[in-house]
Parts: sequence; C-alpha cells; structure tokens
Amino acid sequence: MIGLEHYLTVAAALFVIGIFGIFLNRKNVIIILMSVELMLLAVNINLVAFSAFLGDLTGQVFTLFVLTVAAAEAAIGLAILVCFFRNRGTIAVEDVNVMKG
Amino acid sequence: MSADLNIILPEILLSLFAMGALLGAVYTGKDKLALPILWATAGLFVAMAFWIGVSGDTDRMAFGGMFTDDAFSRFAKVTILLSAAAVLLLGQDYMTRNDMLKFEYPVLVTLAVVGMMTMVSAGDLMVLYMGLELQSLALYVVASMRRDNLRSTEAGLKYFVLGALSSGLLLYGASLTYGYAGTTNFAGIIAAAEGDISLGLLFGLVFMASGLAFKVSAAPFHMWTPDVYEGSPTPVTAFFATAPKVAAMGLFARVVHDAFGGVVADWQQIIALLAVASMFLGAIAAIGQTDIKRLMAYSSIAHMGFALMGLAAGTAAGVQGMLIYMAIYVTMNIGTFAFILSMRRDGRDVTDIAALNMLSKSHPTHALALLVLLFSLAGIPPMLGFFGKLYVLQAAVDAGLFWLAVLGVVASVIGAFYYLRLVYFMYFGTEGEPLDQAMPAIQWVAMVGCAAIMVLGIVNLFGIEGLAAAAAETLVR
Repeated sequence: MIGLEHYLTVAAALFVIGIFGIFLNRKNVIIILMSVELMLLAVNINLVAFSAFLGDLTGQVFTLFVLTVAAAEAAIGLAILVCFFRNRGTIAVEDVNVMKG
Repeated sequence: MSADLNIILPEILLSLFAMGALLGAVYTGKDKLALPILWATAGLFVAMAFWIGVSGDTDRMAFGGMFTDDAFSRFAKVTILLSAAAVLLLGQDYMTRNDMLKFEYPVLVTLAVVGMMTMVSAGDLMVLYMGLELQSLALYVVASMRRDNLRSTEAGLKYFVLGALSSGLLLYGASLTYGYAGTTNFAGIIAAAEGDISLGLLFGLVFMASGLAFKVSAAPFHMWTPDVYEGSPTPVTAFFATAPKVAAMGLFARVVHDAFGGVVADWQQIIALLAVASMFLGAIAAIGQTDIKRLMAYSSIAHMGFALMGLAAGTAAGVQGMLIYMAIYVTMNIGTFAFILSMRRDGRDVTDIAALNMLSKSHPTHALALLVLLFSLAGIPPMLGFFGKLYVLQAAVDAGLFWLAVLGVVASVIGAFYYLRLVYFMYFGTEGEPLDQAMPAIQWVAMVGCAAIMVLGIVNLFGIEGLAAAAAETLVR
C-alpha cells in the first residue's frame, strides 16, 4: 500500500535533487532552469498528495496556480538567458562572472 | 461579492491601468508615450496612496479571509506606493539621458507594485505566493531592462536564478504548512499552530522563513544583492532598495504573526540569527567596496538586519519599530539614490566612490545634504536614522533579547565606519576631477527634501509613530 509518506519522500527527494542541480552544476544555465522546474514540480506532488490525503480541494487549486506561475517563470528565465547569450556569447555557468560577489 | 471586489479595488485599478497603458503604448508607436505613462503612473501611485491612507480605519477581509485590508496593510501600501512614485520620477532624467526610457518600465513597475500590495495584504498561502511571484517576475525583467548591456542582463540572470530558488523554498514550506495544518488560510494555520507544533509545521515554517529571508536579502541568503544592485541600471537599483524591501518585510511580519503568532518562541531564534548575521555582514563586507551601488547593497543588508531585529522581538512594539524603521530607511535611500543618479563626470555616469573626493568644494549643498543622509544611514544621533534604530533596539530589550540589542549596537558602530569614510572623502579627500555641475530639479528636491526630513523629523517623526503603533496593534493580537 502506497501511503502519504511515500509521496512526501519522492517529493523531498526531487526537491533536494533540484537544489543540488542549481548549486553543483558547473556547466549550463539551462540545467539550472530545469532544476528550478524540478523543485516546483516536487512541491506540486506534495500539494496533490496532501490534498488527496486530507480530502480537501485547496491543495489541487494551489497546484494549478503553481503550474501557471512555473510556466511564466520559465518563459521569463529563457528570455533573460537569450539576452545574456547575445551579450556574452556563452551560457556556461562559470562565465556568468562579470561582477564578482 | 461586490463588497469583496470593493476591498481589492486599488489593486484592480492599478492592474487595469497597467494593461491599458500597455495597449495604448503599443497602438500609438511605442516609446513616444513612455514619458507620459511614467508621469501618469507616478501620479496614480500618489493618488492611490492618499486614497488608501484616508479610506476608513476598519479591518476588512475579502474572499473568505484570503485578502486582508487592515491598518498594517494600509501603512505598508502607502509606504510602497509613495516610494515607488518617488523612484519613478527620480529615474526619469537618467533614463531619458541614457536612451533607456521604454514604456514597459512604468508598466512593469506598476505590476510589481500590485504584487507588493497583494503581498502585504495576504491572508492565505496562495495569495502570498501569487503576490510574491507577480512582484518577482516583474522585478527580474526590470533588472535586465538594458538588454544590450552585459552587466544588466547578468544581474537579471543572477536575480532570476536565486529568486526562483527562494520561491521554490518558500513554496515547499507552504506545501508542508498546508499539509500539516490542513488549510492554506492564515486564520486556520494559527489555530493549528498552537502550543507544541508538529515537526511538519516546524519544517514548513523554517522553509518559508528562509524563502522570505532571500526576498528581504538577509544574510546568509544575501548573495544575490550586491551583484544585482551593481549590475542593474541605477534607477532600477533605487527601486530595488526601497519598495520591494518594504513589501517583503511586511509579508514576513504577516506570515510570522498572522499564521504563526501562536508559536513566537519557535521563530524568534531564527529571525534573531538572521538579524545578527545581516547586521554584521552588511557592516563588515561594505568596508572594502569601491562602487557606491555595491556599497548601498551591503548597507541595505545591514538595514534589513535591524528591521528584522524589530520583528524578532515578537511583540507589537517590535512590529511598530520595524514599520517605523522601514519608513525611515526608504526615505534615506530615496535621498541617497537621488544623489547617486546625478553622479556624472564629463557627461558619463560614474559610480566609483572616489568621485566623491572633495565634493564639498565643487558642490557644497549636495555635500551637506549627503552628509546628513549618510549620518542618518549610520544612525548618528541627531538624525532620524538614529531614532529608527532606537525603536527596534528598545523593542528587542523589552522582549528580553539583550544580547541581540548589544550585538546590534556593536554592528552599528562598525557600520558607521564606511559611511564616515564617504563623508571623509567629501570633505577631506584628495583633489580630483569634480563631478558635473548640473543636477535635475526633481533629484535635487528629493535629495534636499529627504535630508531635511532626516533633521526635521526628530520633532515628532511626522506623526508616523502613532500610525505604526495602530498598524502593529492590528497584526499582533
């Protein structure tokens, strides 16, 4: 029997993979965008699992909002990335370094 | 239903204005309308601020508690709207000169402001998230507005990646809170989070707090701030340093008091640690900076630490101190950025602090106004900035956080060093090429006006003390 905790474990694993994808990846900014998407989808699994478990629709409504925002966020991220590529000629993560911080 | 719509009427009107302006500008040849739209936006912000400021003193809820209109949200909204209007007008000359005044700028700022107004009124996790994202998405775009400029696009990219990460953290926290409280409504969460809270709710609280700490740029979640401040066009930096900070602090206060007000001890330590880390990092890391925008970034990190100190107290006095601090902080920053926007040499913009050398000789009035603003930022007594610090320190002491107050004073003394270094440059520096003489009237008025407020405000803080107290009273029950 698959219960709530199994879903939460999968979501937590995906979320952590997403975070590591942002911080450990040294190659490509596109991978960062994918990792962000992974984090948001992990949250969606969480919300839907809780929603089914609690018998409450709010979680699924929340999921729909998150999906919409994730789409808008990906669009804006890619747009900024295209502008950056035009100026820099590369989208490798180690080349995003004009300003040191 | 119409009563609900009536409550969110300011947000609806601003959204309609943004869409109308977008359509109007596209149909009439794009950037020709940019300047009128910018002025109209600023005028609308001021009108909205007055409207919200005088519109009754009742607490109202819309859409089943999802959206709150109370004294706290009104105080935050007025601060947000007025500072956004001021920053729009301040940047106008800079943007026209650099040929970057696009009609999208005021429209995006309007949308960001609608997001901020939603944030400070949030009464539900969903509204919180939608408001935050509306604000963030608009801000990512304005950060990279100079799209042919490498620094601006890099700032936008960094802001986007770290902002998306923080939204993810916040959202994960929100999902756990929903799961373990059984509702997304703040009123429901506060009923579930009473006494000993479950581990799931605690995790939710911690994730949400770290997501929000990103948004207010509190250390150790501050790493995006210096790069974004330095890379963004200066008018946009001025915007980042003011309104979004107020909105994020307002949202932070709402979450910890409205949703987790029953478990103060659980979040007090987290916020106190964030406050200490921010104050010290902001004070120490700013010392070696040579770019004034980067310096202002570290300065804002330190100031957020002080505002968080008020929040850490967990009392009505703490929230009152936080609100007063934010109002003063915004005023100081508007004045300082009015000067930074005017820093030019031979017609080219400079941001190097070496350009301030012997400013007192070439521009005595500017140097004096900047001196007052810097003293106020440092929190040196006769200026208003000192009273802001006094309120939060008082609140921390009253709440029994002596160690936090002592560390705050120490950090404030360390931080005073780099502000005084700027003053030293202005009055006793080496002779160099002076800055250009001209300063647009709006910037001059804003800078001298803010400096005057810093001196004159000590009489009665322009009455914001009572307003902030009333606002804090509605939040902390």
